[in-house]
Amino acid sequence: MEAMVSVQNLVHTFGERRAVDGLTFEVGRGEIFGLLGPNGAGKTTTIRLLNGLYRPRSGTMKVLGLDPVSEGSLVRARTGVLTETPALYERLTACQNLEFFGRLAGMEPGLLKQRMEELLTFFELDKRAHDKVGSFSKGMKQRLALARALLHRPELIFLDEPTSGLDPESALQVRELIESICRRDGHTVFLCTHILSEAERLCSRVAILNHGRLVALGSLDELSRRLQEGLKVRITFLKEFTPPVDLLRLPGVRRVESEPKGLNLEVEGESAIAGVVTGLVQAGAQVVRVEPEKMTLEDMYFKLQEQSREGEV
Amino acid sequence: MNWKAIFTIAEKDIREASGNRAVWVPMIVVPAIFIVIMPLALIIGAIAAPQATSSALNDPDLATFLQRMPAFMAEPLARMSGLQGMIWLMLGYFFAPFFLIIPLMFATVIAAESFAGERERKTIEALLYTPASDAELFLGKVLAAGLPAVGISWACFLVYALVVNIAAYPIMGGIWFPLPTWYALIFWVSPALSLLGISATVLISSRNPTFMGAYQSSASLVLLVVALLVGQATGVLYLSVGVGLALGLVIWLVAAGLTVVAVRTFNRASLLTSVQ
Repeated sequence: MEAMVSVQNLVHTFGERRAVDGLTFEVGRGEIFGLLGPNGAGKTTTIRLLNGLYRPRSGTMKVLGLDPVSEGSLVRARTGVLTETPALYERLTACQNLEFFGRLAGMEPGLLKQRMEELLTFFELDKRAHDKVGSFSKGMKQRLALARALLHRPELIFLDEPTSGLDPESALQVRELIESICRRDGHTVFLCTHILSEAERLCSRVAILNHGRLVALGSLDELSRRLQEGLKVRITFLKEFTPPVDLLRLPGVRRVESEPKGLNLEVEGESAIAGVVTGLVQAGAQVVRVEPEKMTLEDMYFKLQEQSREGEV
Repeated sequence: MNWKAIFTIAEKDIREASGNRAVWVPMIVVPAIFIVIMPLALIIGAIAAPQATSSALNDPDLATFLQRMPAFMAEPLARMSGLQGMIWLMLGYFFAPFFLIIPLMFATVIAAESFAGERERKTIEALLYTPASDAELFLGKVLAAGLPAVGISWACFLVYALVVNIAAYPIMGGIWFPLPTWYALIFWVSPALSLLGISATVLISSRNPTFMGAYQSSASLVLLVVALLVGQATGVLYLSVGVGLALGLVIWLVAAGLTVVAVRTFNRASLLTSVQ
């Protein structure tokens, strides 16, 4: 995996407070990498460090093979950042905003004009291109800010809370746009969010932070395997049914929760499920559904945060 | 140094400042008062009441000032009538320090908008993520404040020259303005004051992240001009070309020193502190 971002033992402090505390991770090309954590976990500070806005107290980092501390300008020329607030000039029009940032990125006027038209159309802002940004809705501003981040065709895009403060409809629209630009252009995306469903939907791998420290790192499957000791299964009956035998006596069954029309089980592996279902059917149960319950990112997140607080990780 | 980036930042800041009412309203009102309303009121008053205006030269409050007056002022004044003398003194001499308020005010108001205003609105963060270096950002913003401040001061000087020459023509009987001192003030002292205003505002706005806070603090620099005005009116200081050049040199040196300190405090990390 070609590393677009490589960070080792990164530490950054504000006075005595450690905002980033010994981070180590890599982000590969074409990946959508999620940095998750509560507010104040160090997500925004990490983005600022990776773009050379802050000088770290210790540790090393490479972004696109460059050192952000000594080569900040070169790094920023090849990255695009969507900041937590849209940070647009409200007294300027959408076009003037894009033109300003495009010129600062060193784009040629012809190419800039063409790219502006392309992005304004893609983000459905072409009809408002010459309106002042101050008159835009939050969702429109966020789309324009996203267009700004993509303007100079960056190889790596940092998205800091891209749907924060948006209504559900605008948030969905922005998420869909992120998905589509990644699929279409194969961008590498570094997504900071505290919205877990967003990360679950978009990210191939995640890092979970708490108080600047890395709590977990991996794909959702890897984290799930690590956190979920057994396999959870839900069995649904057609009618109310009470098992006549103690299912915990069956091989591989660890935990049973009974409900009138179903059971929630935790078993050691898939082979145990067959034994349970056979036993239930033989006892007269009308089984209509057997569903393995996957651990959601939200389950994993809270479990990891809890473990982090207890000092288990 | 990427000058294209510097001018892009300056152009954007000027465009943005021109869209802010809190910036452009004082920019219209103050020059209008100093370069049109006040001189016209004085000239009209002099035309309407020539005796009263002429006799003002005999006012005991002016006696010390007139007695100590250096030759470069006393000689031309001696050749004029009382009415002409009053116009010459008021519009050609006493008004000069007032005029210095214009570059100072323009520089501080645009610099406050450009530095503190951008932080206040949190737009600075997007700017910091651009490839522009710290020095390019700083210079772009200094130009954004400095170019209009100096340019508009010079334009105001031109308008003032037209107003006083045309309106006072019936009294003076010819073109008499500008006096030599004004060239030193406009082309030497004004740019120095602009730079002083900008660097002071940058330093103030590093501690005061709101536009109004930074502007109000830096506006206290006007006290320098007031001191000059008082010094002149009390006969402590006579604003000759030499005094103007020396004064300008002192301001340039102070401004240069403040600019060095401002450049050192201007970096991405410190700018972001207020955006947290």
